[in-house]
Amino acid sequence: MRQVSDTIDVAFTVNGETVHLSVSPDTSLVDALRDDLELTGTKQGCGEGECGACSVLLNGKVVNSCLVLAVECAGAEVLTIEGLGRMGKLHPLQDAFVQNGAVQCGFCTPGMVMAAYALLQENPSPSEADVRRALEGNLCRCTGYRKIIDAVMAAANGGPRHD
Amino acid sequence: MIKTAVDAGAGSITGRKTGKKTLIGGRIPKLDAPEKVAGLTRYLEDIKLPRMLYGKILFADRPHARIVGIDTAAAKAMHGVRAVLTTADIELVPFGFGGDNTALKTGKVTCIRDEVAAVAADTPEIAAAAILVIKVIYEDLPAVTSPEEALADGAPVIHKKTPDNVPFRFDYLHGDIEQGIRESDVIVEDTYTLQRAAHCCLGRAGIIARFEADGRLTLHSLTQVPFSYKHDLSRIVGVPPEKIRVLQPPIGGAFGSKLDIHPFEPICIFLARATGRPVQIVFTREEEFLATPTRQPMVIHLKSGARKDGTFTFRDVRMTLDNGGRTSWGATTPWISMRTFSSLYRVPHVRQHVDVVYTNNIYACAFRGYGNPQATFALESQIDQLADRLGMDPLEIRLKNAQEPGETTGQGMVLGTCGLAECLKTAARNAGWDVKHSPLRKTLVRDALVRDSNTLVRDSNLAPARVCGMGMASLFHVGGGAKIQRSDGCGTMLKIDDFGGVTVQTGASEIGQGSETVIAQIVAEELGLPVSNIRVLNSDSDFKPWDVGVHASRTTFIAGNSAQRAAREARGKLMEGAGRHLHRNPDELDLADGNVTDRATGEPLESIGKIVRSMHFGGKHEMIMTSHFYEPPSEMPDQDHKGNVSACYAFGTHVAEVEVDLDTGVVRVLGISAAHDVGRVINRMGIEGQIEGGIAQGIGYALYEEVKVQGGRVLNPTFTDYKLVTTREVPELKIEFIETHDPAGPHGAKGVAEAPLVPVAPAIANAIFNATGVRITELPMTPERVLAKLREARKTLVRETLVRETLVRDSNLAPGRGGDIHG
Repeated sequence: MRQVSDTIDVAFTVNGETVHLSVSPDTSLVDALRDDLELTGTKQGCGEGECGACSVLLNGKVVNSCLVLAVECAGAEVLTIEGLGRMGKLHPLQDAFVQNGAVQCGFCTPGMVMAAYALLQENPSPSEADVRRALEGNLCRCTGYRKIIDAVMAAANGGPRHD
Repeated sequence: MIKTAVDAGAGSITGRKTGKKTLIGGRIPKLDAPEKVAGLTRYLEDIKLPRMLYGKILFADRPHARIVGIDTAAAKAMHGVRAVLTTADIELVPFGFGGDNTALKTGKVTCIRDEVAAVAADTPEIAAAAILVIKVIYEDLPAVTSPEEALADGAPVIHKKTPDNVPFRFDYLHGDIEQGIRESDVIVEDTYTLQRAAHCCLGRAGIIARFEADGRLTLHSLTQVPFSYKHDLSRIVGVPPEKIRVLQPPIGGAFGSKLDIHPFEPICIFLARATGRPVQIVFTREEEFLATPTRQPMVIHLKSGARKDGTFTFRDVRMTLDNGGRTSWGATTPWISMRTFSSLYRVPHVRQHVDVVYTNNIYACAFRGYGNPQATFALESQIDQLADRLGMDPLEIRLKNAQEPGETTGQGMVLGTCGLAECLKTAARNAGWDVKHSPLRKTLVRDALVRDSNTLVRDSNLAPARVCGMGMASLFHVGGGAKIQRSDGCGTMLKIDDFGGVTVQTGASEIGQGSETVIAQIVAEELGLPVSNIRVLNSDSDFKPWDVGVHASRTTFIAGNSAQRAAREARGKLMEGAGRHLHRNPDELDLADGNVTDRATGEPLESIGKIVRSMHFGGKHEMIMTSHFYEPPSEMPDQDHKGNVSACYAFGTHVAEVEVDLDTGVVRVLGISAAHDVGRVINRMGIEGQIEGGIAQGIGYALYEEVKVQGGRVLNPTFTDYKLVTTREVPELKIEFIETHDPAGPHGAKGVAEAPLVPVAPAIANAIFNATGVRITELPMTPERVLAKLREARKTLVRETLVRETLVRDSNLAPGRGGDIHG
């Protein structure tokens, strides 16, 4: 149970903006993002690091934000799905997900996009096997992954595929 | 069949036959996808209302026990707790398909997930802590943890009104089984065991309930059936249905799991009433595994026969369903399994008996396919067993018995269009069946197994480490709704505004499957507008017209037909207005790209918006608002379960290629070739997504997924221990659509949503048989099960080889004797 007296002040960067929070020591990053910062694009599917729906980038590396404590993020840079596109314009990777039919219920999508984004930052020309490996920690129950893999491959090759 | 060419980018295509630009069959990105990829979609758990409380439920955690007493004092005294409810605080109205459920349980609990008490508190953390200090005193009763135990003499009675523990029985018959047996040259009999599988929606179950000042009840609900939901909830919570408003936020997956009213929903309403504040309940993942129902575990005993030439003669089915401790709509899945046994391929004599049996296990509900995956696993496995006995190719025996268009099945279902034979041939051709399905391979593997059978361990010099094989299975499912109630209809209300924008209010619900995009496409096609001009509203029961709900693969067909008819009427009004405004005969006019055009020349004459404005402001002061209620031309089955329950029927065939590791029993799916009779493709991108997703779920069902229940308790309520297919397991897919253009469907389309999951498991089982000669009859086909069967096969082969060698030796000693032992 959160007690006011237990909170710790922490500051970090989220999508380029510095944020100052008072959080309980056991507050996870996903809860801080969703509850304190109202960045609800990051989803929570399991709370135990198994589904990947809460994937965000922490200092450029993809993490399950349910397994990271908010206090661990002091001074860090966090990138969430809301930080990818800008002012009504989707990031090319997001657009590739739309154009390739990689979205159905969409609940896994933000985490999937963030995991794919992390991959493309590290390896701009991944093989299909690289994409499969990079996304294996992100569960999707709707799409069967085929179109997600296609979307990431399309984005890697310079933009969304239209066919 | 119309072949279509893709017009890149625009999503529209040009029909080769008509030469006219059409949206039908194009690749249209989902209308809700941009919001979703941007992370801006507000799902239930993202909604927070002012002064909202958080609800939490205390589950029994005992399979069968009498509730002696509940002490809630400590919970009530906790800081931040606003309400604690037990059965003492609410009126208990029985609900559910069997009328054996209540929001909270009184007297006794019949499974671990039975809801005993509930709390509403300022934070989820306080609510969770409060639940822990509620003291319940139980007196444990003997638990019945399998249907066999429940059916045994003297078994404990789970619900008093059902002393034999069998709340439902289903019987079906067409033809005469004894005659079928007499007509058979071969008969095969086997038992197939199907597991509990979980929906695993990534978005967890939940609800928000709030009472308005005037007593109205507003729900943010994930229901798939908003109108029957209002009706049924009304009775449970004592609010008239017309005072219940159901808002349907975007949903993180459903697959049938939201077809029933679940106890957490009335519980949340009671908490909102008790506190006078909005209350939200969102399950944890563990609760999702424990306290949302699963697919029905079934044991199917199937006996079937064929003539020498492969003609099917009869099927005799006995099924037992583990109903669990309460009854949901899932108890009616035998209705759907029945259609497969009676009508997948031509068969003159079919009998089925089903016992739905109470146990103290967690209970089951609707799940994509609704009893069909189980039935199809048994039937399509057995068809290969028959083919093997007859020495026939599995494709040949299926083609021999595949129906033709125009036939009526033994259960009275009229197959106006039927692409089954085409599906079989296409899936086989695309998979390379002729080359890859080699009966020879099985023999080679058996020989290899014999050679190294002495040690029961593979000798790498003799036998291959991994062997490949190919198998097939088909499916039969409703494709034009399913009339299980007096109406299987859906309403549409449509408005064209004075800027050429169209608002479609549909009764249908979007659950991620893409129905709103298909509806927009169908309307855009009628009105000559781009899809982006169409706005589909489908999430508020206060304005959306009536619909049965999203189930039975019915939405494209039923809601599509409804939307198309409303749009046609709007088109008629628009053309009349255009005729008046342009002083032309409406018959000379057409609609394209947002304009009224000259039908003969295609020349744009005026924008649609301008025409609507001329109607608003002109002499007749008209608006274009139309509505249509579409009722499909199907009939409710009679008391013998017979009748034309759907307006059309869907068929499909999957061919699976697998690799089996003989040392570990691990099965890897290398590829699946799928061909589906979908009537007509509306949105190619969407329908591919449905097929691909269904195949992935089917592979999970076949190989990995099982909610393990022991002594009534769930052993693996996490994604760590309940394995879903990931990117690593998705094989190469070849998907082809067979377009049979059903005259009842919108643009000829049939429903498809459930179909692709259905034949995957038997196709894989048949491929394993083709690879190894080993028949797996229990799902999931885990390495342990495959390995056990391989070892058993080796032992049998050792024995047979010894006998054979002895006979050969004896026959050498005594010429004229000896024999041939068949494996």
